[in-house]
Amino acid sequence: MMGLPTLEQMQLQHAAAQVNALHAELIDDDRLEEWPDLFEENCRYSVISAENHNRSLNLAAVFCDSRGMLVDRIVSLRRANIFPAHSYRHILGPTRVKSTSGQIVTAQTNYVVLMTRNDGQTSIYNSGKYVDEIDVSGAAPRFLSKTAIFDTHLIDTMMVRPI
Amino acid sequence: MSIRQQTDAFDQAPSTAGCRVPYRVFTDRQYYDREQENIFKGNCWSFVGLEAEVPQAGDFKSTFVGETPVILTRDSDGSLHVVVNRCAHRGALVCREMRGNRASLECVYHQWAYDLKGNLIGVPFRRGLKGQGGMPGDFDMSQHNLRQLRTETVGGLVFASFSETVESCRDFLGPIVVEQIERIMCKPITVLGDQRQRIRGNWKLYAENTRDPYHASLLHLFHNTFGLYRSTQTGEALMDANKRHSLLYSIAASNDDAADKQAYGDSRTFDTEFKLQDMSLLKGRQEFADNVTLVILAVYPNLVLQQIQNTLAVRQTVTYGPDEFELVWTHFGYQDDDAEMQAIRLKQANLIGPAGLISMEDGEAVEIVQDAIVGEASATSYIAMGGGRAEDADHLVTEGAIIGFWDNYREMVGFDLEPA
Repeated sequence: MMGLPTLEQMQLQHAAAQVNALHAELIDDDRLEEWPDLFEENCRYSVISAENHNRSLNLAAVFCDSRGMLVDRIVSLRRANIFPAHSYRHILGPTRVKSTSGQIVTAQTNYVVLMTRNDGQTSIYNSGKYVDEIDVSGAAPRFLSKTAIFDTHLIDTMMVRPI
Repeated sequence: MSIRQQTDAFDQAPSTAGCRVPYRVFTDRQYYDREQENIFKGNCWSFVGLEAEVPQAGDFKSTFVGETPVILTRDSDGSLHVVVNRCAHRGALVCREMRGNRASLECVYHQWAYDLKGNLIGVPFRRGLKGQGGMPGDFDMSQHNLRQLRTETVGGLVFASFSETVESCRDFLGPIVVEQIERIMCKPITVLGDQRQRIRGNWKLYAENTRDPYHASLLHLFHNTFGLYRSTQTGEALMDANKRHSLLYSIAASNDDAADKQAYGDSRTFDTEFKLQDMSLLKGRQEFADNVTLVILAVYPNLVLQQIQNTLAVRQTVTYGPDEFELVWTHFGYQDDDAEMQAIRLKQANLIGPAGLISMEDGEAVEIVQDAIVGEASATSYIAMGGGRAEDADHLVTEGAIIGFWDNYREMVGFDLEPA
């Protein structure tokens, strides 16, 4: 039988769950300008289909390897890109800490993203799991990397918001 | 002169030329049904995959020709085959996986088995059990194969046809298309991955979109602002002799930024204030000796082969009905890409596909047409940029290739179907 978690394990699990909850909240509440601040400067953010990931193919729908690229995605969404009006609602499953290495926590969280378009209908847009490396050394936890591996490999029209 | 002024001048001098397409061809099921018969099952070659997707003997991939499920296989002798994914017995899907490797194809329902060419090789209890049952004495296995399509490859692209009478694939494509395929497929490729998007519109709206150099700098800010593509660049819009297929190409940096600012005026998509924090997205390499940086090769009826900067991909259209289709993007690089080149392709993939900073916008362009033409029985579009005829252009201010598509469509399907 598994022993009870230590206080430190509970703290790490809480930090990982909180930063994921905030990640979802910033996207769903359209506070996208604050979203890159959840990442380290030298981060990796990738949204990749399980169809590719499971074949060890690296082609992602979204692939950013700096916080600047995250900012660029948001500025593009606001100023450049043409897409149907829509909002997201993330439903997160429990976050599980898989391992820790120094101040870096590796955690996994299931998610579902619901999409609501202008016609008022809500659909299941994307489901998958996050695999995250979270740096807990600073005042607030930040993603060193975040990989959204999605099951829903048929994307409904477009993907412009972060998953 | 700004774009707006040019548009106004055009409005004041209407031309009798131009192509008018009735919107009902995008919404009426009759047209869709006729397209399946006359185009996808008719005298055409449809793209079904890359040879590199089925490299080994026994490899298979499930895909579609129009809406019809098919299987692309590589036989033990290395030959490629395309068969309809429907058991000759009672019509079940024989292959239920997206891809894999098998020595033979076996239907799970009654275990009828086929070789990788689609020939029936096994029927359980064919001679009955304990003298009872079994198939009739005159049952001839050779008469119950999977439906086998003609299969040909050009430059590692695999095409299939239901037609016994259509010309060879190479002739169907014509020299311009073959040359462009061979330009990009110039050495062994490696598949980087797939992307799939469902677009809530008619597949022909995407056929128009990919034959349309006019929209590319006006819809897509990334193209225009960063000079990846502008109608002011050196480029051409060419067609094969039959005007089915369309080649659009352009050469970045062949334009003059100051003159472009005049030409585009206050256009939304020419935004000198728009800057990227991380310009590594647009860093690439000149990898073709002809300096061409953008190729959109739209191959009738269901393929686009593209080069945008260093992104290489095929886009396959799968139809779901009059108002829905799937676009399957298969990205690739070359087997001899070094690590930096692989990284460039994976990063520039941010430009294309359903999440592509450029390509995502074409899905919306299709859907806003589909949403606006609902129920429209008689109105038509008006396509005339560049002169209103299916003619080649040595510039990028034309819709000629769209008219070429419709001329072929009119011949194969017709615009004036009677109600069933």
